[in-house]
Amino acid sequence: MLVADHLVKEFGGLRAVDDVSFTLERGEVLGFLGPNGAGKTTTMRMLAGCLEPDSGCARIAGHDCVQDRIEAQSRLGYLPEGAPAYPAMTPRAFVAFGLQVRGFSGDALKRATELALDRARLGAAASQPIGTLSKGYKRRAALAAAIAHDPAVLILDEPTDGLDPNQKDGVRELIREMAPEKAIIISTHILDEVPAVCSRAIIIAEGRLLFDGTPHALEAVTSDATIEAAFRHLTAGPRATVEAA
Amino acid sequence: MGSLIAVYRRELTAYFQTPLAYVFLAVFAFAAPAFAFHIGRFFDTNRADLAPLFDHLPWLLVILMPALAMRAWAEERDRGTLEFLMALPIPLWASTGGKFLAAWTVAAAAIALTAPMWIAVNYLGEPDNMAIATAYLGALLLAGGYLAIGQALSATTANQVVAFVLGAGACFLLTMAGLPLVLSVLGENAPAALSEFIAGLSALEHYDAFRNGVIALTDLLYFAGLILASLAAAGVMIAEQRGGGR
Repeated sequence: MLVADHLVKEFGGLRAVDDVSFTLERGEVLGFLGPNGAGKTTTMRMLAGCLEPDSGCARIAGHDCVQDRIEAQSRLGYLPEGAPAYPAMTPRAFVAFGLQVRGFSGDALKRATELALDRARLGAAASQPIGTLSKGYKRRAALAAAIAHDPAVLILDEPTDGLDPNQKDGVRELIREMAPEKAIIISTHILDEVPAVCSRAIIIAEGRLLFDGTPHALEAVTSDATIEAAFRHLTAGPRATVEAA
Repeated sequence: MGSLIAVYRRELTAYFQTPLAYVFLAVFAFAAPAFAFHIGRFFDTNRADLAPLFDHLPWLLVILMPALAMRAWAEERDRGTLEFLMALPIPLWASTGGKFLAAWTVAAAAIALTAPMWIAVNYLGEPDNMAIATAYLGALLLAGGYLAIGQALSATTANQVVAFVLGAGACFLLTMAGLPLVLSVLGENAPAALSEFIAGLSALEHYDAFRNGVIALTDLLYFAGLILASLAAAGVMIAEQRGGGR
């Protein structure tokens, strides 16, 4: 469903993403982990067709994210880092805009808009300008726009950042609901999120993929048997790729 | 085409969701007649036409069109919404076209606010209404050209003030190129072919034909070319963002 094939990206001579490859199938929820500046967001931007790799390629449902961008992006829901949205628009208008661009109109537009607002639990905030909403509601408005067209692939860059514990649970529940039908990547700093929603985890640091396996296998990397210890061990210690089943 | 219409509607709504469009329309509605009455001496000419309005309109457009265009891409970059837009399955021509057409609609509404002057000259005398309509078409095309330039320069920066200064500067140069003062200096100091070429680039020269009630294919092609080339430049610069400085 989603393929990252030897992705490389440099900025001003600095290699932000260095030969990252993985595939993701329907039904998988991939936790994309790494310290700040590890290359998570750059990788996600390349997968979303927002940034072209220097070499390698990304494919969504068989469509190249550069050569066949429109087809690839029509199967993608993307929540960018910081959940940017137009402050003067209401979440309802924002979600509807993303759907209209994708050809939705009439009753289908109305139904898909209301369903997405409902699933993202916007409530009464759906009718208020985004600029007046709290950080959590803004993120939910952007999340609603990402899921509204029922895409086969979801790329969510820190979807729970800035949410209170109840809101985090709501988003995790939503991801679990959608998981059987989609291929989902979530990047996060919150390691608790991995066992809570992910069926698989990837750790990258300094642009290189260091671990690709199940959360259980990640826990088994150190004798502490915790994801925190494995994360520290992999990202702070000597670089060695660990392949796990 | 559906995505172009969606972008157009969003952009047009965005103009009216902030004070921008209202301030712009109010300033235009006040400044255009003020130019005609005070600088153009509308009543002193004793002629039933709108020459005092159309003579000075390019200078007003040089300032106001870049002000209308400056937000087009600079605001998207500043707010981070460019990434949201770039992740949508929209061809670049649709997003640049939609943004341009929305701004052009606001500009057309502003120009339409001078219609009471057209009604007034019909009340006061018997103007050549076809010539006035042609001059309005010229003003609309000139506004379109300036807007497209402004939007192209808006794509170069995340700062709206910088976008405005660049846009106003470029529009000013494009207008100045056709002034007799510039042409006479060029005529004395530059080869004839070069001064002819620069005069041919001037938006003022092509607008003048419309102002005089003449619709010529070359002038139509000039403005169509100016608009399309500027929008293509904007598209190329936004596409460059995907390259990430490669």
